[in-house]
Amino acid sequence: MSQRILDHAGLSALFKALAQGRKAFVPATVQGKATWIPATDLAQADLSLANTAFSPKNFFFPQSECLMRFGADPAQAHEPMQPAPGLDQDLMLFGLRPCDAKALALLDRIFGQDPAMLDPYWADKRERTLLVGQSCPAPCPVCFCTGVGGHPFGTEGLDLLFTDLGESFLVEVISERGERAMKDLPMDAAKAAAGDEPGKKDLARREELKNQAEAALALDPANAPDLSALDKAEVLDLYESPLWERLAETCLNCGACTFCCPTCHCFDIQDETKVDEGRRVRNWDSCMSALFTKHGTGHNPRGRKLDRVRQRFMHKFKYIPIKNQEIGCVGCGRCVRLCPVNIDVRQVAAQMNGQAASASGGQRP
Amino acid sequence: MNERQIFIREKAARLLSEGRVDRVLGYRKGSVPLRDAPFVARTPEEAGELVWSSFCLGNVAKALIGLPGKSAVVAQGCVSRNLAVLLAENRVLRENLVIIGVPCLGMADPAKVLAELGGREPASLVETAETLTVSGPGFTKDLKRQFMLRDNCHTCRHRNPVIHDFLAAETGPETGLGDIEKTSGLWEKFTPAERFEQLQATYKDCVRCYACRDACPLCSCPTCFVDQSDPQWVGKTQDFSEIAAYHLLRAFHCAGRCTDCGACESACPQTLKVRRLTSKLERDVRALFGREAGMDPSVPPPLATWKTDDPEGFMK
Repeated sequence: MSQRILDHAGLSALFKALAQGRKAFVPATVQGKATWIPATDLAQADLSLANTAFSPKNFFFPQSECLMRFGADPAQAHEPMQPAPGLDQDLMLFGLRPCDAKALALLDRIFGQDPAMLDPYWADKRERTLLVGQSCPAPCPVCFCTGVGGHPFGTEGLDLLFTDLGESFLVEVISERGERAMKDLPMDAAKAAAGDEPGKKDLARREELKNQAEAALALDPANAPDLSALDKAEVLDLYESPLWERLAETCLNCGACTFCCPTCHCFDIQDETKVDEGRRVRNWDSCMSALFTKHGTGHNPRGRKLDRVRQRFMHKFKYIPIKNQEIGCVGCGRCVRLCPVNIDVRQVAAQMNGQAASASGGQRP
Repeated sequence: MNERQIFIREKAARLLSEGRVDRVLGYRKGSVPLRDAPFVARTPEEAGELVWSSFCLGNVAKALIGLPGKSAVVAQGCVSRNLAVLLAENRVLRENLVIIGVPCLGMADPAKVLAELGGREPASLVETAETLTVSGPGFTKDLKRQFMLRDNCHTCRHRNPVIHDFLAAETGPETGLGDIEKTSGLWEKFTPAERFEQLQATYKDCVRCYACRDACPLCSCPTCFVDQSDPQWVGKTQDFSEIAAYHLLRAFHCAGRCTDCGACESACPQTLKVRRLTSKLERDVRALFGREAGMDPSVPPPLATWKTDDPEGFMK
């Protein structure tokens, strides 16, 4: 893994160089909201932002995505269905946080769980997007990545990672794609963005910041919920826990948590027609919605609010771990911040663990 | 601890221990500084967790709909009016309801607090009658509570509960300092083209999570029109026509029933000014019918009733 030290001008030059031939996006505040904006210069970015209000999953899994168009035009009768065009240009996200990159890696495994049926819409955008991460020396108070197996300096899912050392930036090449991107820099730009080998002092500073970030996360015990019993817990012990009833009392069953979440990925496919043409659109859906599981017969297997609020947490902390051997939450803290009724995923996970621990002694009938 | 909170806890504990209610709907301290959590207290011990702060941002009348047995509700001016609407619409029976009224001083807007912090995230908050003191890693900031109020609390016209069984404090001034006519009259200044532009500007970032609907105590339909699937009434894509259909229709469903409680705006994860449409309709109902929603539980909402001598000038 190669590492370089760049000053502020050097990082700007690196951004410009990587942005050649790519449409680049950076975090910035627009009308009081932290979001991703297209940028041609790093000066447009606000790298001091804690994180964007919503996750960047929409770059790969847009809220509404046209999959194909179709028509009844006799002239096109031999080919009535036209696939939607993919990206017209490669992309780059510059300043991504490690939690969000980890979420994309998790979604890679979900959208690509069957190699024969790799989701082409997801895969195309992932393949063509360079992810330049930014480590988090100062995690914000609702972040809890270390509680769910992540790290503020984590590299999973990233191509490059930079760390603000104060006077300079440490840039680390993480993936093969990152290495290729660095090799392919235009000659003049490569010179401006070459930087130096990091010295002992730089690496020591990185270590210091990393420890500082870990210490900041450890300040609040809520950030490290004990999840040790969840792994071995029986699904039904958790499923039948009385805790869901209490949660359902105040849960609004809105989609705020699932829509801001970097790992929620459920969707609804709709065909829309107008006279003799139409389109197939994939839209974000939410397990909080009753309609999400409503069958054509009218029967709804998750007919109660309780069933739906349970699903979100069981999916993240039990079903995904069973299937993927990893927790389906990356600890970005967005749902903690945005839930209108303050249902805190850290507390829910801890309660699930408590249920698992108390049930593990007993025998199931 | 503020006098309102002390009263709420004591009254709730007594109601529960005497078996007069099955539960008390209120708030408990949230896990984040800028939002307290709606809470259903079922025992006198749990009643001890109830709080009253500037961050009780929902509308607990919503949680009452469909509950069996007897419930007590902690209700400030707007929530008491929503209870009156529910009573008038026969969603709730008065004998099953105990209202712990709270003369309100207005709730704060987390977005306004965050705007003062320049992208930093607060870790804790301490409030007094005048000041909100927020602090986080490396910063502490005193904010004047009056300037942090939600827009609807700033322009509130009925801070004291209109119906109640108990009152948590002496009644105070009825109004915030703002003028609702200034904001709700906004649309009337625009040409139709400008109105559409404003509609787009206001709602274009809506992700249709429906948090505004789900937080709203008026939205009690068993199946919302946006969830009708056989046939489907509204499209699911992010085309603006679908977003506009949702917000316009929802606003009209609320006409004559909306108390401008602000729960919709406080619930929005995109911090949209959701009230722009509903507060205009609230103004229209006041101007055209001379009525404000939820002022009297014995009178049905103006659009749910008719008289033989209603003006019919619009029928030609």
